Amino acid sequence: MTEITPNGVDTAALDKESRNASRAMLAEFWYYFSQNKGAVVGLAIFLALVIVAICAPLIAPHDPSLQYRDSFLTPPVWQEGGKAAFLLGTDAVGRDILSRLIFGAQYSLFIGVIVVGIALAGGITLGLIAGYVGGMVDTLIMRVMDIILAFPSLLLALVLVAVLGPGLTNAMIAIALVLQPHFVRLTRAAVMAERNRDYVVAARVAGAGHLRLMVKTILPNCLAPLIVQATLSFSSAILDAAALGFLGMGAQPPTPEWGTMLAEAREFILRAWWVVTFPGLAILITVLAINLVGDGLRDALDPKLKRS
Amino acid sequence: MPLLEIRNLRVEFDTAKGPFRALDGVDYTVEAGEVLAIVGESGSGKSVAMLATMGLLPDTATITADKMEFEGRDLRKLSAKERRKVIGKDISMIFQEPIASLNPCFTVGFQLSEALKVHTNLSKADRKARVLELMRAVGLPDPERRLSAFPHQMSGGQCQRVMIAMAIACAPKLLIADEPTTALDVTIQKQILDLLVKLQQDSGMGLIMITHDMGVVAETADRVIVQYKGRKMEEADVLSLFEAPKSNYTKALLSALPENATGDRLPTVSDFAGAGGF
Amino acid sequence: MSDDSILKVRDLYRTYDIKGGLFRKASTLTAVKGVSFDVKRGSTLAIVGESGCGKSTLARMLSMIDAQSSGSIEIGGMPIDIAKTGISREMRQMVQIVFQNPYGSLNPRQKIGHVLEEPLLLNTSMSAAERKALALEMLQKVGLQPEHYGRYPHMFSGGQRQRIAIARAIMMKPKLLVLDEPVSALDLSVQAQILNLLKDLQDEMGLTYVFISHDLSVVRYLADKVMVMYFGEVVEYGTRDEVFDDPKHDYTRTLFAATPQADVDSIRKRLAAKAA
Repeated sequence: MTEITPNGVDTAALDKESRNASRAMLAEFWYYFSQNKGAVVGLAIFLALVIVAICAPLIAPHDPSLQYRDSFLTPPVWQEGGKAAFLLGTDAVGRDILSRLIFGAQYSLFIGVIVVGIALAGGITLGLIAGYVGGMVDTLIMRVMDIILAFPSLLLALVLVAVLGPGLTNAMIAIALVLQPHFVRLTRAAVMAERNRDYVVAARVAGAGHLRLMVKTILPNCLAPLIVQATLSFSSAILDAAALGFLGMGAQPPTPEWGTMLAEAREFILRAWWVVTFPGLAILITVLAINLVGDGLRDALDPKLKRS
Repeated sequence: MPLLEIRNLRVEFDTAKGPFRALDGVDYTVEAGEVLAIVGESGSGKSVAMLATMGLLPDTATITADKMEFEGRDLRKLSAKERRKVIGKDISMIFQEPIASLNPCFTVGFQLSEALKVHTNLSKADRKARVLELMRAVGLPDPERRLSAFPHQMSGGQCQRVMIAMAIACAPKLLIADEPTTALDVTIQKQILDLLVKLQQDSGMGLIMITHDMGVVAETADRVIVQYKGRKMEEADVLSLFEAPKSNYTKALLSALPENATGDRLPTVSDFAGAGGF
Repeated sequence: MSDDSILKVRDLYRTYDIKGGLFRKASTLTAVKGVSFDVKRGSTLAIVGESGCGKSTLARMLSMIDAQSSGSIEIGGMPIDIAKTGISREMRQMVQIVFQNPYGSLNPRQKIGHVLEEPLLLNTSMSAAERKALALEMLQKVGLQPEHYGRYPHMFSGGQRQRIAIARAIMMKPKLLVLDEPVSALDLSVQAQILNLLKDLQDEMGLTYVFISHDLSVVRYLADKVMVMYFGEVVEYGTRDEVFDDPKHDYTRTLFAATPQADVDSIRKRLAAKAA
């Protein structure tokens, strides 16, 4: 057997091998994800939405809050009376609906990211502690979560917003708080399943402390269900934000948030179908696309867990 | 006419890395009243063959065979309904994990009686009598009390006895045992093997033992098929296999047994393989 | 230390409290009942028994995963009682363990290099380059390639994973290695390779093994001394030849009788009995 020195082995080759291994993991993940055609379609829609949101100022034909005094409630272009300048028509105060929808995508994605971020961070921390420590701490955390879950989620969000005051930021905090128990439960269950596995014991024997065991050893192995839940929560966050907006407790007019747009259009439902239909469709398609992606992620991540 | 006759069996699985051939043209014949052992390491396709015969493989598997007959009936042509009639009644199977093979929600007595209900038209009282008889046949102590026991209240060995009772409930002509003792302790393994061989001799059914353990082969088999990576390496009666193995792979397996160790090091399989494998 | 024992265990007990429920009284279960033994430096002690005999509990106490209820463990002259003193870096470097299931004992999200370096990172003050050099050296020592350093555990076969687990265990050059059924999840041919590897490592590094197994043929091949456990108690303890040639206790005899015989004579005997 040859002795190897630090210089004896080609480090560049080792790094390349290591990158190959990471790439192989990704390739395998993509294979299982792409087996689910719906998920791929969902991902395409979602990516398109992200691009639209980022490039909103470039794509949008009009300023979202500019009111065209000469064209109130103009119907979409293919209907009689429609104008080529307003593809999806205008609302009651003459704002271009397409532009508002495009800018609304920014809000929806922003809401999704922030809400899921807050819920995930809080949920993982509490769930990790509850699952790892167990005993009284576990009982205490889980009972608080049970209490939160005992309220109808939208009602609780409404109450929180009523206390904090209406507005998009407060609505997001409220929704995050309502979604959090799901993450806590999921993390706790995954941590409890992993906690007594041999590799965790092996890390303990190697001398890993509690924090290292929790964060570096156990947590990465609990992420798969959390990623799936995060995607699904992303869509329910958008939905809840829209609902709060519709009830007047979320984003305030004239913000082009989809739910708020719906609320403003309520009184014109019978006269001008397009004012309500397009924001509604935008919400529907986005939520559907994200849910499809979540399904695909579940397919791709679950068998992986079983094999390794 | 042999009990089970399979010619040129091939099984392929679709995987992320393209099709994987688990079995590559293997023949199997089992006569009534015979104990056939299929022995091999993981990846040898030893379980896949019998799961294919039973129709228990997932949809990703493609099964082809030139011949696949049970008592002269072509298994490939049977409809799902006809196949169910054969499987479970004339052919039955027991698995490695006895506790996982039983439904944890129902009592042992209920599950045994269900197996009878599906394949026979005995009355309820007759079924109960037959269940007790079966439980005695597989050596479960105190069967009346065990009727209402749940699987988790029994040990692994007892659960395997229940599985065997369920498998022989309809007096099958062929019993397939897939690693029946791998999860059990040595002393329990001995009891279960003795039980299986005794039942086989009493009823004259065919028995296929799928195992990786040469000791189990030596203790039970009449005839042995050695498999490696989906191909048959050797087929011989048990005595000549152990006395004068023909294939290099069998030789390698036998010499890798620690009890056959001569000198300080154990020979490994790669010591026996030629340049291109076996 | 005047004598040559690296591990001294005296009168070791481990009890578990079983919580009482609505319909059940609280009780205690004694998994290990008063076990005493010595292991000589560089030798192998095999602990044999069936499931529930307390052999794994014993392994967990020796490798400082669980604390003993009473009794003393002394490794390399250092008394071990983690419930009272906790575990120091020095103690960690004395004992390591290899688990039975190579599929469960490696973190699926950790590359092999990091698996091997973790003990060094946590217990020594080596630089990253030194750790990497040592990890690469160990990979070769257990018969793997340097390019395996950056791969994930699921890219390896069971035998290779067990080699990695062994490499991790010897990274800190421990005095005592506890092997908890290290080959029982492996195929026969792979088992032979791992047993050879263990022998080589013992010769090369002067390791002392506590080898836990239910497989008597493996024990006979590897052990210097054998201890048979039954319901938490030691029923037989002696050199390998003493135990195998002249078992004293009934349970040991039952165990031997139950072990399948794969030799031609016993097959002949069985076939003759069947024909009769």
